[in-house]
Order: sequence, then C-alpha cells, then structure tokens
Amino acid sequence: MTSSLTVRSLSVRFHLPGATVHAVSDASFAVRQGECLALVGESGCGKSVMAHALMGLLPGNATVAGSAWLRTGGAPPLDLIAAPERVLARTVRGRRIGLVPQSPAAHLTPVRTARAQLVEALRELGNPAPADELAARAGLAPAQLDRYPHQLSGGMAQRVVNAIALAGDPWLIIADEPTSGLDRPLVDATMTELRRLADDGRAVLLITHDLRAAEQVADHIAVMYASRVVSLAPAAEFFAGPRHPYAAGLLEALPSRGFTPIPGRPPELTDLPAGCAFLPRCDRSTAACSHLPEAGTEPSRVACHHPLEHHVAR
Amino acid sequence: MLRADGITVAYGRQRVLRGADLAVAPGVVTGLAGPSGCGKSTLARVLALLLRPDAGRLTVDGAEVHRWRHRASRDLRTRVALIFQQPRLAVDPRLTLREIAAEPFHATGRPPDPAAELADDLGLTSELMVRRPHEVSDGQLQRACVARALALRPRYVICDEMTTMLDASTQAHLIARLEAYRRETGAGILAITHDEELLTRWTEPSGGPTVRMS
Ligand SMILES: Nc1ncnc2c1ncn2[C@@H]1O[C@H](COP(=O)(O)OP(=O)(O)OP(=O)(O)O)[C@@H](O)[C@H]1O
Ligand code: SF4
Ligand SMILES: [Mg+2]
Repeated sequence: MTSSLTVRSLSVRFHLPGATVHAVSDASFAVRQGECLALVGESGCGKSVMAHALMGLLPGNATVAGSAWLRTGGAPPLDLIAAPERVLARTVRGRRIGLVPQSPAAHLTPVRTARAQLVEALRELGNPAPADELAARAGLAPAQLDRYPHQLSGGMAQRVVNAIALAGDPWLIIADEPTSGLDRPLVDATMTELRRLADDGRAVLLITHDLRAAEQVADHIAVMYASRVVSLAPAAEFFAGPRHPYAAGLLEALPSRGFTPIPGRPPELTDLPAGCAFLPRCDRSTAACSHLPEAGTEPSRVACHHPLEHHVAR
Repeated sequence: MLRADGITVAYGRQRVLRGADLAVAPGVVTGLAGPSGCGKSTLARVLALLLRPDAGRLTVDGAEVHRWRHRASRDLRTRVALIFQQPRLAVDPRLTLREIAAEPFHATGRPPDPAAELADDLGLTSELMVRRPHEVSDGQLQRACVARALALRPRYVICDEMTTMLDASTQAHLIARLEAYRRETGAGILAITHDEELLTRWTEPSGGPTVRMS
C-alpha cells in the first residue's frame, strides 16, 4: 500500500478574550508517497497553523476538529489530530514528519553553534549520518556549521533548519517557507532536494509564497483563502490558468505579471461571512455567492460559484 | 544622501564586509542584490546606525556618524529606518502589535495616532492590533514592523528582504504603500532582495540604480 497523509475536515479555532479566530476551516486534502503538494495563499490565511496542527504544536488556546490519517510503511495508521502528545513526541515529530519552521532564526538556540544543534538532533533521532553530510545536502559548507546563530545570515539559518528537519529521515517533510532569504541558485537547490526526497518515496507539503519555486517542484497546488482550501489542482493546470478568482488575482500580483495587488483587504478571521469570504473583493460575484460554495473532495476542485473557465489544450 | 564609504565589518575572525561602498539617494529606490550571505544585511545594519563598522565612514545628509545604536543622536537615528528580513527577531514578544507600531513615539513623546492610521492602511485591522506577536502570522507581524518603521517619517527606509514572508498580492500592496510614501515625502528607499523581477519592478518607476555585491 502506498503511504499517505489524508486530511479530512480539519478546523482550528483560537480562543482569544472576546473573539474566536477561525484559522483553518473544513480543510481536506491528501499527500501521497512520491508527491509534493504546495500550499499557497494570502499572508495570515492559516497555512502555518495548518502545519502546526498536523505536528501537534498548537498553543493551549486552540481547539482542533477533523482528522489527519498518517499511513506509512508497516506502522499502524495514526490520526495525528486524535493522537496523544506522548505519541506525537516519541514517534511522529522529527521521525515520521519533519517540519521546517517559518522564521528559522527564531527556532535556533542562540548560545550553541549550528553544528551542536544539528548533531543533537541526529543523536536524539538515532541517525548515524555525519552532520557535515546532512548540511551539505542543504547547501551548507562545514565551516558555516561552526557558527553561532547570530553569525549566520538569514539564508544560512534557513539552511540549518532545513538540515535539522531531515535529521530523522522523516517520511513527510512539511516545509514552511523553506526558501526565505535564499538567492535563486539556493532556491533551485532546495527545490531539487525536496523533489529528490519525494521521488525517493517520501512526500512533501511545501508552504510557500514563492510561486515560481512551487511551479518547479509541486505536483499539485492547494490554494487557501481566509482559512479554507478554495482550490486544489494539478500544478500544470493551475499555472496554465487558475480557476478560482482569488488564485487568478494572486498570479496577477506577481512582479513578473501585473504587480497589481488584489483590491480590498483580507477578511477578519474573527468575523467571517457565512458565504464566500472572497466576495467583497471579487469581480465575478453574484447573489449566489452569499451562500458558501462547496469545495468537494475531488482531487481537482474549486470552491466557487463562478469559476473561471480555461480552454487547456490536451 | 545616505552614504557608506569603505565599510569593513568582521565578526570575530570572520570578515563579512571589506571596504563596501553604497549611496542611497533621496527620492528614488536604490536596489541592492547579491548572493546569500554576502553581507547585505550587515551593510543594512550599518546604514541604519545599528552596527558600528570596524572601518569606513557613514554620512547622513552630509553629517558624519560617529556614534552608533542608542548613543547616536536621536535626530540621526530617526532619519534612517530599517525593516528586517525576519520580523519575529525584531519585536518585543510582550508587546501588542499596536504597541510595536507606536514604539518610536514612546521614545520621542510624540502622539501615537498616525501609527494606527498607517497600520490600517497596511491592512492591519484593529482586531489584529490588540494581539501579541505569537498570535499573528509572520506576514501580519511584518506589516506592524513597516508601520513602526514609517512612524517617525524617516528620510531613508532600508528594506532588507522585507517581503519574503508575504504573498504576491500583499507584497505588491506593501510596496505600493512604500512608493506612495516615497513620492509624498521624497524619502530614499534601499530595496534589498534576491528576487530580480521584484527588483526591476520596484526600482524602475523612480529610475534608481541597482548595486550588486559579490
Ligand atoms: N496563537 C494564536 N492565537 C490567535 N490567533 C492566531 C494564533 N496564531 C495564529 N493566529 C491567527 O491565525 C491566522 C492564521 O495564521 P498563520 O500563521 O497560519 O498564517 P499564514 O497563512 O501562515 O500566514 P503567513 O503567510 O503570513 O505566514 C492568522 O490570522 C493569525 O493571526
Ligand atoms: S464564490 Fe462568488 S465571490 Fe466567491 S470567488 Fe467565486 S465568484 Fe467570487
Ligand atoms: Mg506562515
């Protein structure tokens, strides 16, 4: 049986004094062995929260609903959402799933060198591989490993956390903005490495704002808007012409295209409308849009009452 | 003109900058590009008076800088603002976003109202402004940092990979706000980014130069 992660109706709420943040709502998708799924979307739409929910790393004021079944190798299937913290800590984090956190420098201990932190991760996870080898795969020279975090550039810190995430040889790699602060050659190298990991029979969930990087490696693109997965499509189809109006606006905002921001502002996740959350910013909206568009669970889908039509040559 | 001449910086035995020169002219966007780790962020910190170089000269509108960090005169310090690559490292985690955006006013005793307006302009709702850094996304936090940077109407704004944590639409929006600020105040902007397409788009309208480090 092929390994997979299957997320169904995942929702995350944060409870603040006087407000509830709807950070992830009813998200469903799957990542299968050999695949890379890229998750893109507006800043603040819930991508990192989704990653943290899968890793069991949410803070105490969060409630989670739904399921996320991890099926790998000979191990019995595990619902990451229902699993106790003890199981996640001992068998999942770092071992079956490796997380590359956003804001890498904030995740390194300031008083210890990058090497010490990588070596510790390798030892804890029982990986006999030399630190230098792992670092090299992330694009770091041995000498760079001997620096303290404050001596690392943003891009070097990024490569250190990328290497640490791979220390336990995880089946699934969740990479949250793994290329921030990297120049093009390093972005390309990072993408090649992620692709290689997927081709080796692992799976990659790539969260990124770099659509060009996503195009390089992803098999599928999931688009989130205001806590919901509003579209999921094969990468080639997506880049040929996204069907969701938000996704189309996102592509048009690229510096290589129109460089025009989507008009209006993102909705408040504490006060989401009952219908389509993109309505106030959408030029295709009709009265129907005040009802929530169905997303469905098809591998290729779009949650919109009036999706754009593209005539893709087949 | 914000001008750095022959800047050399070493961290311990390791030399990061060797005689670097850079000029940021008012009224235009100057681009700065170069490979990962070549010292762009270090130069940015020198330009913002946050790091004393081991050698070299920094002048702000003709006045040579002799004191750095909190020792620098308030006037010089507030003339240059820096927006960091990683907002999480640049904020006090105990403050709310509103307090972060208004921080510069506490130092000067000026009223903090413009900060709120600016934040709103940057797409930060009042509901987000009462939260603390760990309760918002990286992109939301970065927008609070932009509000903080512009609060005292600096004459030079240094943007160090300011938009790597932002989606394309928010990036275009934020840069449009900064461009409006530049046109309105005649400020000089230094745009540091690895994204060549972004660099072209950002520097073109004002016809500013792009400097390449190696
Ligand atoms: N601990 C928390 N308490 C309350 N709200 C939170 C908390 N953490 C995150 N949020 C909110 O949840 C929403 C989703 O945040 P998340 O960090 O997932 O965004 P993101 O899509 O990763 O954004 P970015 O692209 O800027 O990194 C945001 O609106 C954020 O303000
Ligand atoms: S459902 Fe309606 S408002 Fe929402 S994206 Fe589609 S057309 Fe626009
Ligand atoms: Mg995030």
